[in-house]
Amino acid sequence: MNRDSNIYTFLFVGVMVIGIASILAFTSQTLKPMQTENVKNEKMQNILSTVGINVSREEAKELYSKYITQELALKIDGSVNESINPFSDLNLAKEIKKDYSDQHFPLYIAEIESEKYYIIELRGVGLWDAIWGYMSLKSDFNTVNGVSFDHKGETAGLGAEITKDWFKESFINEKVFNSDGELVGVTVLKGNNDPGNSDKDDHEVDAISGSTITGDGVTNMIIERLNNYLPYLEKLNIAQL
Amino acid sequence: MEKEKNKRPIFFFIGRNDEPIFSKKNRKLLSDPLDDNNPITVQVLGICSALAITVQLKPAIVMTMSVIFVMAASNVIISVLRNLIPNRIRIIVFLVVISSLVALVDQFLKAYAYDVSKELSIFIGLIVTNCIVMGRLEAFALGNGVWKSFLDGIGNAIGYGVILILVAFFRELLGSGNLMGYQVIPDFVYEMGYENNGLMLLSPMALITVGLIIWIQRSRNTNLIEEN
Repeated sequence: MNRDSNIYTFLFVGVMVIGIASILAFTSQTLKPMQTENVKNEKMQNILSTVGINVSREEAKELYSKYITQELALKIDGSVNESINPFSDLNLAKEIKKDYSDQHFPLYIAEIESEKYYIIELRGVGLWDAIWGYMSLKSDFNTVNGVSFDHKGETAGLGAEITKDWFKESFINEKVFNSDGELVGVTVLKGNNDPGNSDKDDHEVDAISGSTITGDGVTNMIIERLNNYLPYLEKLNIAQL
Repeated sequence: MEKEKNKRPIFFFIGRNDEPIFSKKNRKLLSDPLDDNNPITVQVLGICSALAITVQLKPAIVMTMSVIFVMAASNVIISVLRNLIPNRIRIIVFLVVISSLVALVDQFLKAYAYDVSKELSIFIGLIVTNCIVMGRLEAFALGNGVWKSFLDGIGNAIGYGVILILVAFFRELLGSGNLMGYQVIPDFVYEMGYENNGLMLLSPMALITVGLIIWIQRSRNTNLIEEN
């Protein structure tokens, strides 16, 4: 057949497209269970890491069920929606696109050596794409116990450094409420006059060179997500507030 | 007589001609892209990713391995199909082949090497836009046998990878004092006042590092210098 005829071209394209589509669809379907398992285990691993438990992805499942005692899906008025499991049913990426009044906010409560920790889920935008993470607060709902960050497409070596330990560690023991009881979050700040981050009451951590926008994304994400938990806090009626 | 001796059985398109598998010509296909015909420093292809993923050594190495796979496989596929592909839509066919291979790599990494896939995040997808792959398909695989195309793919991908790893080595070492994520510059050097050069982490220094490599390569290999 003439290789340059229109019929041949159409036939070739048809066969090629169907063939390749089936290969890709087959691979994707076969590998999907493993991929979702990886994502699920990683989520558990990330949640645990904010309360200081660093385990491999394989071990995460067991320890997760040991330490995480409550998984709550909060409505905007702070009440708990019992019908939703935040771990498996709530996808924050989809949740933040809903009407604000329909949104749910996941809250995980961990109990380690009779110490209570509140873990909230974070999601925001960095320079190129989404950034997300978890932040655990001590039982006063004020002192940061630990954070974990992740990102979809921040620049390796610059914005992607937010996933590094040294950056995450700088959040530990920062306070998210100021002395007047106002929610201020934690600001990632350039030209911070406390680069060693020894002052834990300034609500600031030092930014990463070359990743201003990712850093601002982290700042915004923290204050914005924390805001959603205020009604729940009022209900808890924690004394310090 | 001599010809008879060199004749090899036909095995999946390999050795169909009377040439030994690693003849001098075939070896040149592998070695040329490493120096005389390096895709980055001589052909100036694939510069974009050479600037983007050379901040650290590890992603550069994984990227190199992925590119080796994608280039070898796409070169072989296009070479097998070279007498079937309609000429007018050949670029589209290249793109479909390359992007499906990249999608496959991405899926497998997500399932079996989750951490690596996270490390590379967006860059795996960007292999599709790597001009070297498309360039070698058009310039070589479309007109040459399967075995030669395979060697050409491997050779060019390694030539690309060598530069990538070299640049990443210097950028990570001078920019963050680490190699493969581990600190290599001892603490006492920092105490003596040494500072990491933050500029190395930004893309302009990647361009300058590539420039320096080209300079060194040309002063060593004078064949590369254009006459004018």
